Parts: sequence; C-alpha cells; structure tokens
Amino acid sequence: MSTAELLADDPLWLIIVKVVGIFAFLVVMTLFMINWERKVVARMQQRPGPNRVGPNGWLQSLADGLKLAFKEDIRPVLADKWVFFLAPVISCIPAFVAFSVIPIGGEVSIFGERTALQLVDLPVGVLVVLACSSLGVYGIVLSGWASGSPYPLLGALRSAAQVISYEIAMGLSIVAVVMHSHSLSTSDIVDAQSSGWYFYLLPVSFLIYVCSMVGETNRAPFDLPEAESELVGGFHTEYSSLKFALFFLAEYVNMVTVSALATTLFLGGWRFPFVGDDHLLNSGWFGLLWFVVKTLGFLFLFIWLRGTLPRLRYDQFMRLGWKFLVPIALVWFVAVAFARYLRQEWESSSGLDTSTALIVIGAFLAVVLLIAFLLPDKREPHDPDAVPVTGGGYPVPPLDLKVPKAPPRRQVRVAELPGAENQTQEPAAVPAASHKEASDGRV
Amino acid sequence: MSLSFLLQQPDEVQRVVDTVTTGEAVAFWVLGPLALAGALGMLFARNAVHSALWLVLTMLSLGVLYMVQQAPFLGFVQIIVYTGAIMMLFLFVLMLVGRDSSDSVVEVLRGQRLAAAVIGVGFAGIVVASVARALTDVEPVGLAAQNTQNGGNVVNIGEALFTDYLFPFELTSALLITAAVGAMVLAFTSRTGKDAKKTQRQLVEERFRGDRPGSLPGPGVFATANSVATPALLPDGSVAAESLSELIETTAKETLEDDVAEVSGSGHEPDAHALKGESS
Repeated sequence: MSTAELLADDPLWLIIVKVVGIFAFLVVMTLFMINWERKVVARMQQRPGPNRVGPNGWLQSLADGLKLAFKEDIRPVLADKWVFFLAPVISCIPAFVAFSVIPIGGEVSIFGERTALQLVDLPVGVLVVLACSSLGVYGIVLSGWASGSPYPLLGALRSAAQVISYEIAMGLSIVAVVMHSHSLSTSDIVDAQSSGWYFYLLPVSFLIYVCSMVGETNRAPFDLPEAESELVGGFHTEYSSLKFALFFLAEYVNMVTVSALATTLFLGGWRFPFVGDDHLLNSGWFGLLWFVVKTLGFLFLFIWLRGTLPRLRYDQFMRLGWKFLVPIALVWFVAVAFARYLRQEWESSSGLDTSTALIVIGAFLAVVLLIAFLLPDKREPHDPDAVPVTGGGYPVPPLDLKVPKAPPRRQVRVAELPGAENQTQEPAAVPAASHKEASDGRV
Repeated sequence: MSLSFLLQQPDEVQRVVDTVTTGEAVAFWVLGPLALAGALGMLFARNAVHSALWLVLTMLSLGVLYMVQQAPFLGFVQIIVYTGAIMMLFLFVLMLVGRDSSDSVVEVLRGQRLAAAVIGVGFAGIVVASVARALTDVEPVGLAAQNTQNGGNVVNIGEALFTDYLFPFELTSALLITAAVGAMVLAFTSRTGKDAKKTQRQLVEERFRGDRPGSLPGPGVFATANSVATPALLPDGSVAAESLSELIETTAKETLEDDVAEVSGSGHEPDAHALKGESS
C-alpha cells in the first residue's frame, strides 16, 4: 500500500491532529534550536552560554519569546502600512506549509487508524518545498521595501538576488535525485532509498544541496541580508515585537524544513540504515526517531558553520553560486543522465558490463589528463615599460627616482612681520571675494 | 485543510468533464473572485509595488486553480516560475527605481488611451469568444487518462514536452537565451568598450607613468579663506597652479557675479514675500 493510498482515507480529525502536530513540532524545534545554537556556539567559544532560565538554561528562548511579545510594536513613519504588516506573515506561512509534504515516519496506527506520518503526499512533493521557499522570499523583500529606510532595502535586495541564485543550484541538485528515484513525490524518494542512500550514490548533488540550503536560509556564512557589520539588522532592522518574532520563527522553521528535506532526499528519510525494511527498527514510530536524529544532524551543521566560518563578501558569494555551484550541478546531472542511459542500453543489449565501461572511461580520462599535462603553459606577456610591482601587487616608484630638492626657506624675521592692516592683505591672485569671505563674519 | 483532494483520482477513466465536484466548485468560487480582485487591484493600485503584489495574488489563485483541476505539476510550476522568479525580478527592479514611484497620469502619446481601449476590448472579445467556443462546442477527450495512465501527470507532461513539443520548447529557450545575452551585451559594452571606466590598478599605473606620482595640492581653504577658489601658496609665496580648480577658473566671471555680490553683502537681501511669487 503506497503512502498516497494510506493518506487518502484519513478522516478529518486525523488531518487536524497531524496539522497541529507539525505546527507544534516546528515551534518546539525553533525554541530548542535557538537555545541549542547559543549553547553550542558558547561551548565553541569557551563560555557557558545561557544558563539562568529553567533547568540548565533550556527555557531561555521561551522566556525571550514571551518578552518579545510584550514589547512595543513600532511602525516607522515612512513605512508602507499594509505591506509592513503583511511581510512577516508572508515569510512565516510558507515556512510552515513546506513541511506538510515531508515524510517524518512510516506506517503507524493512530487511535486505530492506519496512516503514514506525513500530512499530504503529492506527486510533485519536492516542488512544494521549492515553491514555498520562493514565496518565503517575498516576506523578506517586502519587509525591506516597506520599512522605508535604506538598510532594510539593501538587505532585501541582497536577499532576493541570493535566494534566486541559490534556488537554481538547489533545484539542479535535486534533479539527479528525481532521475534516480523516478518520482517527485517525497515518500517515493524515501522508498527508493531503501537500497542505498543518495548521499553516497549522488555525492555531488548532496554537496551542492548542502551549500545551497545554507545560502537559501540566509544563515552564516551566507547571512549577507542581515549582515550586522554592514546593514545593522538587514531586512528586519525596523521590526520589533511580534513581527520581529515572526521573522525569527520563519528563519528557524526554514532551517528545520531544508534540513528535513535534505534528510528526505539524501539520508534515506525516516529509515534506519543497515537493516531491512521489515526489521523492528524500521517499523512504526521508530521512523520518527531516526528522522529527528538525522534532521538534528543537519541543524548541528548549521550551528557548526556559524561558529566556524566568517561571512563571505557579496561578490565572492555570488561567484560561488553562479560560477561554481550551478555549472557543476549542470555537468553533474548531465553526467548522471548519460550514465543511466548507457546502463540501460547495456542491460538491454548485454554486450558490455559495468567494469568494462569504467575501465574505458578511466582510460579516456587518463589520456585527457596526460594531454593536459603535456600542453605547455601560456607565457606571460612581457611589457618592457611596465611599472615595477612589489609583493603587494601595486606599482611603486622606480629605484632611481630623483627626489627634487626642497626649495630654500625664506627667513622671516620678527621685525619684518606685517602689521595689523597688512595681515589680511591678500596674496597674489586671490580674488576679492575670498578676501571678503575671510574678513566678513557673516559668511 | 489538506491538499488531499489533489490525490483523488477520478472515479471512472472516461469521466465526463461537465460533472464538477462540490469541492471543485467551492474552490472555483473562492479563487475566481480572488483572481479577478487581484487583476483589478493591479490595474487600479497607484503604487507600482502594490500593483505587483495584486498580480501575485492573481497568479497564486491561478496556480491553486490548476491544482484543483488535477494539474498539480502545472500549478506548482506556475507558483515557482511566475510568482517565485518572474514577479520577484519585477519587484527587484521596482525597488531599485524607488519606493515612491507612482503612476504618472499624464498621457505622453496622443490618442494612446483610445487606441489601447479599442485594442483591449477587441482582444477581450477574441479571448472570450474562443474560450466560449472551447467550453461549449469542443468535446474534450481523454482528460482523465492524463492523470491515470502512463505514470501520471508529471510523466505525461515530461513526455509531451520532449517528444511532440520538443521543437517549440527548444525554440522558446533559444529565444530566452538570446534575450539574456542581448541584455548582457547592452549592459557590459560600457564597461569593456572605448569609454570604459579604468580600474584602480590602471589609474595607479598611469599616475606613476606620468610626471606627478603624488596627489595634487589642495586649495588654500583653511589658510586665509573658506572658499575652494582660494589657491594654495608655494613656500615662496607664489600661487601653486595645480591647486586652482579647473572648473572655477574656466567659469566666466559674469556667471559668478551674483555669488560674489551675495558673499560681499551687496546683493539683495532674503525677502519673505518672494515666496508669494510676486516679483518685487
């Protein structure tokens, strides 16, 4: 029985239970994540981190959230009233919706009803996540525009460019997964990985996805839209109180969602490795446990990156996206498609087997490499009257530069100093206006 | 609510098209007015960004309508491509133009509105006529088969795109690439052409090749006066010619007379009545 069929006969109460469950899961994950991040980063920097509120400081984010709700809600004078209100809502809703297609567990029984731990299984499930992330950008862009001040606008422009560029790399990295699993549906992709996880079958796709998911969620080292040292707070500079809390929530929910999607696409979803599908560890509610553990692994990666890497400069970041990730993703998925096609051909004709093919490809690559090594390097063009350059890369004055002699100083003796009326006498060629300026107190 | 209605496969394969389920009808009567409201809002909004947002509402409603009509792939691609990419680029440009750029109500081309109204009404007439004909006279066949046979919706769309419609598909992509390359050529010729802006390195090298590696002396602003027209003086008291502002030196004396008069206090005094527009 496929997941879609399992989900099709869900009664209304079960759907509501799942919706509330997913909402609660994401909110609790956000609260947990904020605290975890602060604690882990603190440990990396050898300081205690939050340790006051609740047991061992674990309720700090809850207290902060409650406090945030009671703060004054400020709207700048120049802000666009409706869009300013709408922006945090727009950024929050898609973040939650995207999670509805993630399979967080296998077949279970809830109050006697057989169902799968997934809200909805669409034939185009992966596209839902992409669509939601592309809608989430609207929240950031509109918040920057509606704030009516320069820093948020700059942050919003950066964010729009960033998310659109990295979404292309992300989409291209997913293509190879879809080709392998023959489906866009998330639960089918998880099922297709029962024989092998895609992070080692499609390693290039996995690496590109991991890079672009960090860029997509505006997290360090790609947190240019809210770079504190350049843009104050970026797009949410003018926001306060609950609206700011919504942005905060959206950012962390997005992190959880992209991590969950990474788990689904590359780490086998809710499946436990090494054991078959019929094993106890792969049955019932155990799937939820493995899923959460894998997702937490990705979330730890986010924190680790934040604690380790400095922020990229904007042009470096764009170059990484467009000149590195996108071309590699394109070449990779063409290579995967080609390999699949060859394999299909050989299986039908059975003339060649995989090892022969690998040897042929290896020999071809070796020849290409050899030719590349044998080609002479391009000579640097030599310019005879080039300006000498030091190690810094900038020209310096020539060594035989003649320094002109200082002109002899005119000795001014005290007795020859001009009198009071001569003091303001203008030097040669000074227009009358400047004399006036100098003496006129009005100017 | 869930999106599970997307999963409901039609009961019989040869489903008659004019049976509309209740859910479909409800969705239509919610989304249709929303889409229409978005279109009208786009037309009548004064602010360009608000117009763009209304259009986003229309596109989203259309996307959901596609999903309700059992075309989930088309629906989500509509959201990703149109609202996610294209409208985002529109917004990008609008935000660069400035937040207060409202519509101009001045008619620049003569007779433009009349021509636009005539052509618009004509176009609407053609569209309504053809859609009405498609909905009444033409008998659709095999709609349900697209979602049930040969692996379903996505597979069938992919197959159609890469077999029957391969040439139009590739032609469209060639068109888009041409447009992109054209835009880049237009944008980059100013950087690489004859009047290209010199890089910092080129400027430095030029300076070192010239006769003065250092910077020019500044004007003698703080020595005796606060005017940028004051020249700097060399140690022997003569004027340093390089410190003279080229702009000020080449300005005819007459054009500066007002400024000189104002600075020297012999010009006209500020007059509050001048704001009323009556010449005194």
